[in-house]
Amino acid sequence: MSIVELKYSIQKGDFHLAVDTEIPTTGITGIFGESGSGKTTLLRCIAGLERSEGGSSQPVHQRRIGYVFQEPQLFAHLSVRKNIEFGMRRNPDASDRTDEVSRLLEVNELLGRSVADLSGGEAQRVSIARVLCQSPQLILMDEPLSALDERRRNEVLPYLDRLHEELSVPIIYVSHNIDEICRLSDHLIVLDNGKVVAEGDLQTMLARIDLPQLGGRNAGAVLNATQSRYDDEFDLTLFGFSGGEIWVPGRHDSSRTRLRIRASDISLSRSPAESSTILNILPATIEAIAAETTSAELVRLSLGDDCLVARITRRSLQRLELQVGDKVYAQIKSVTVRR
Amino acid sequence: MMDFGPLWLSAQLALVTTAILIILGAPLAWWLSQTRSRWQPVVQAIVAMPIVLPPTVLGFYLLIVLGPNGAIGSWWVKLTGDTLTFSFTGLVIASCIYSLPFAVQPMQNAFESLSKRNLEAAWTLGASKLDAFFSVAVPLSIRGFVSAIVLAFAHTLGEFGVVLMVGGNIPGETRVVSIAIYDHVETLDYASAHQLSLALIVFAFVTLFSMFLINRRWQAR
Repeated sequence: MSIVELKYSIQKGDFHLAVDTEIPTTGITGIFGESGSGKTTLLRCIAGLERSEGGSSQPVHQRRIGYVFQEPQLFAHLSVRKNIEFGMRRNPDASDRTDEVSRLLEVNELLGRSVADLSGGEAQRVSIARVLCQSPQLILMDEPLSALDERRRNEVLPYLDRLHEELSVPIIYVSHNIDEICRLSDHLIVLDNGKVVAEGDLQTMLARIDLPQLGGRNAGAVLNATQSRYDDEFDLTLFGFSGGEIWVPGRHDSSRTRLRIRASDISLSRSPAESSTILNILPATIEAIAAETTSAELVRLSLGDDCLVARITRRSLQRLELQVGDKVYAQIKSVTVRR
Repeated sequence: MMDFGPLWLSAQLALVTTAILIILGAPLAWWLSQTRSRWQPVVQAIVAMPIVLPPTVLGFYLLIVLGPNGAIGSWWVKLTGDTLTFSFTGLVIASCIYSLPFAVQPMQNAFESLSKRNLEAAWTLGASKLDAFFSVAVPLSIRGFVSAIVLAFAHTLGEFGVVLMVGGNIPGETRVVSIAIYDHVETLDYASAHQLSLALIVFAFVTLFSMFLINRRWQAR
């Protein structure tokens, strides 16, 4: 697997960004961090919008790096079609990808419209289409959904899933929303105060219980699962993964998907609970335990080749005398399916 | 019969001045809107000076600088054999300075209201700074350009003090409409003074009205 090198250093007032890392050339790399951690500054350095020490001096317009901003940044004096063609016309090597991109992002019916008549979600789709048409070698996305409300966000997310599946160009996706990161990225970099705190493939990273940035309400693991059957009597779908099977409410047709299970949605017991309302109770082994707060503990569980993270109280930990290596039952209260 | 000479000369002067001011003023306005240089306020103040200075002060120094012994005037004489003062070319130079703020400020205001991110988007899409200026900044600032054109044109048309100082009253060369009106009044030819004055009033109203109308249409869009 080849890699893209990210090496940037920049001082802005009190803030110092120093990043020296590498990312894979395929798939989506998520950059996760609180606001002020330097996510946007890092993207701006990569794009050349910010001058960094030791960074390339190549002018922005020659870099062929696509940039999707928080706000769509469409050009108000141009039609949607002209906006989409803007970057393509300026890249001598770009083949005409308008048809392919229009199909991918379903912007065909928007082409004749004026920019002012687009909804927030439509405008962001057009801005992504504009970036794809310029045939970039790398795409940077700076919280592209954060300016949208919940409904619009859910409108755009499926298109991002599609890019993920169909595009070969690497994408760096910046967000402070862990759900977006879990859904979209394959590789994860955690940024804090201008430094890379940790990085690795998404599943490994989310199974870590030693990172405060991935604790609290962000704690939880993802599983790669395969759909095995749909039960139409109770409207439940059964997914299989290396450590067992999980029932998920509703019908889910995609054969392979990602399941997201939050740490706060798992409780542990020594014995399989009889007559419980909880649908998914899976045998697991405790792999690691780490104190999260004075009252809460994070427990990493291994199930087959996969891991889950559970949050329990310190009191329960002591009462059940749980230790690394113990066999327990993970009671999973809720699962989110990527799509 | 109305004497169209001065009107035509004024129109020519205003047209040439406006064209020069837009072409040279746009880059200046762009620089003023984008730079973080500590010289920005200095340049800004110099550009705005003609608004507050009495035209006679401006005209007086222009007369000296453009005159056959002045810094620019003597050089011009060497180059062309003609003097700059009391010539149409001299008037154009004087008018460009006199009307400079009226062209630069509207363009600068328009450039300042552009979103920085919007321009950055253009750069990341492969547009050079120059390309982005012409393909994004200028079209999005079109209202500023219309204001600049109208104000520079109208202001040049109405200039009197500066012309009197550097241009004098040579028919067909420097006898612009405001000078002609002054002349008619001096010789008690009120009928001719009325004709030219009314023509200017109508013109001023129609231009300003059209500008506001255009601006309103664009706002509604």
